[in-house]
Amino acid sequence: MRKSPILAVRGLRASVAETGVEILRGVDLEIRAGEIHAIMGPNGSGKSTLAKVIAGHPGYEADGGHVRLRGEDLLGLEPDERAQAGVFMAFQYPVEIPGVSIANFLRSALQARLEDGEELDLFDFQDLLSGCMELLGMDPSFAQRAVNDGLSGGEKKRNEILQMAVLKPALAVMDETDSGLDIDALKVVAAGVNALREENPEMSVLLITHYQRILDHIQPDMVHVMVNGRIVESGGPEVALELEAQGYEEYKRTHAA
Amino acid sequence: MPTNEVIHGLGLDDYKFGFVTDSEPVFRARPGLDADIVRQIAARKNEPEWMLERRLKALAIYESKPMPKWGGDLSELEETLAQTYFYAKPHEQMERSWEDVPENIKLTFERLGIPEAERKILAGVGAQYDSEMVYHSLKEEWEAKGVIFDSIEDGLRNHPELFRRHFGTVIPAADNKFAALNSAVWSGGSFVYIPPGVHLETPLQAYFRVNQERLGQFERTLIIADEGSRAHYIEGCTAPVYSTDSFHSGVIEIVVNPGAYFRYTTIQNWSNNMYNLVTQRALVHEGAHMEWLDGNLGSKLTMKYPSCYLMGEGAHGEILSIAYAGDGQHQDTGGKVIHVAPRTTSSIVSKSISKGTGRASYRGLCKVYDGAARARSNVECDALLINETSRTDTFPYIEIDERSATVGHEATVSKVGDEQLFYLMSRGLDEAEAMALIVRGFIEPIAKELPLEYAVELNRLIDLEMEGSVG
Repeated sequence: MRKSPILAVRGLRASVAETGVEILRGVDLEIRAGEIHAIMGPNGSGKSTLAKVIAGHPGYEADGGHVRLRGEDLLGLEPDERAQAGVFMAFQYPVEIPGVSIANFLRSALQARLEDGEELDLFDFQDLLSGCMELLGMDPSFAQRAVNDGLSGGEKKRNEILQMAVLKPALAVMDETDSGLDIDALKVVAAGVNALREENPEMSVLLITHYQRILDHIQPDMVHVMVNGRIVESGGPEVALELEAQGYEEYKRTHAA
Repeated sequence: MPTNEVIHGLGLDDYKFGFVTDSEPVFRARPGLDADIVRQIAARKNEPEWMLERRLKALAIYESKPMPKWGGDLSELEETLAQTYFYAKPHEQMERSWEDVPENIKLTFERLGIPEAERKILAGVGAQYDSEMVYHSLKEEWEAKGVIFDSIEDGLRNHPELFRRHFGTVIPAADNKFAALNSAVWSGGSFVYIPPGVHLETPLQAYFRVNQERLGQFERTLIIADEGSRAHYIEGCTAPVYSTDSFHSGVIEIVVNPGAYFRYTTIQNWSNNMYNLVTQRALVHEGAHMEWLDGNLGSKLTMKYPSCYLMGEGAHGEILSIAYAGDGQHQDTGGKVIHVAPRTTSSIVSKSISKGTGRASYRGLCKVYDGAARARSNVECDALLINETSRTDTFPYIEIDERSATVGHEATVSKVGDEQLFYLMSRGLDEAEAMALIVRGFIEPIAKELPLEYAVELNRLIDLEMEGSVG
């Protein structure tokens, strides 16, 4: 018997909050524990919007359908409540928080998960953090740097993976993590994700990407093609290879708005 | 996000530390100010004749000077002053009991982690620091080195020569209206003398002063750091100051003799009905080094510009300032650096945060006199706005009469961004926690200069300010 899904998206419709322009026009998607799903699609297809709607970005309005994580509906929750429920989004453009060290930030994020009055044990936290950094092959001094402030593009993405390692989500949504990375940086990030998966095989991953190349390094169980706010094809890794060969043109023609 | 509705919903605009008390002091002089009141003050303190004359002269100057028209709005101050009690015996001020202190203030102390004994001082119901042992060992160390650390009254009584030689030399009564007022009615404050070559590792903290009069409305502090000495003085703390007064006007004078290093740290958090108008200035002589670390929270209006007069060759002055303006508050703060001698250097770093309808203004003066060859000065002021309704202004005055001087000025304004909040919230922090983290990061360059316990307190205070309410 197949496991019940970690993430269940049904008939999800969403629009830009400010303009009301509809982006997602009925998305269906199911991810089970430990699975990696890739969503590919041309620019403007809505794939990044899907990531943001799952994480609760205030710039988007969900107009219909549902998003359930382990059966719990996420759409009525604040972004922090979704995070505490087990969602993590690795940002395409990680945001700079000057003056706040990565270690301090992660400590606050873990503290926020505790009950009122409970205090995070600092030694436990140090052990957890250094364990994660070792797993990802990172220098311990990295945690003392400010959150994304003054980090290179590659370092920012590695910082996202480090946060993912420490926060141990049930579902990691990776929003075009590969964009802007050269091949060496891409390999480092992919190796990090794979190491995390080995450590925590139950973690599910939703990988949003424009290009096939990251899938050479992170093996997906399923690949979905998104065009015009809908998933128009789903299949195994071979779908990505076909896409690589043919491009998005054919899909765009048959699924025009 | 953050929309004003969200912010309002969090209750960020509620002032959590202010309160009124029904208890009236047993005795007070009548409100308002005239020569009789000044004579009463001097008589109660058993002051020498010359000091009474100084006070009376200062009163005349105060009366002759018009209310300043620049800076913050002082239009309602006249009325406040008419009702102000310019002198009450400290003894009578202490007659409130701990039981009278409202629960919310007690709770705030507790949330800030302020020790029991300190809470009572802050609440105005205790007279001295309980930690006698700590104090005594420090006091012995200081006395052995010839350091004087007294109340300003004891300084005048016990060290008349030294006192008279320096009092009013850094900030004369005629300097400005409020310096004149303070010179007429001053009461409470510290007198500090560090002998030549003496280095103090432990900061001098106003709490440790025995028999101190409570930090008064018109506190006066005089500090002399003699040649080659090194010390750090700390006044105040981040906890809310329990006070029924609505006007505070201090004067802090510091003389930093050749080759000495002195740092003055003050963090003050007044209740939000308070006018806080303070003059603090240091004369920095040859090769000496002066640092002001100044934190201003609370009050209705604060006007405060710590100054360094760089009098001797190679003197260095530094001003680090943090201002936090909550709803309805105006922090008009900054610093002044006056370069008189060659090769003098200075730096001002100012960070302000405005929340709700709060307004933070940076007002700074950099003046380089002709002959201050190769003087260098750098000013950096950064403002952080929390809401759409928050306000910040920058008023940098730069006057340069020396061709070889180098002066830099940099100002930035940033807003707490929606993307920043979303990023932090997507990691599990709620909106208030996310906001507090951003603010703490913003002031980090200055907070890291604070002694650890103050930095911790300041961070906690920011958390509380960003939370809906205490409790």
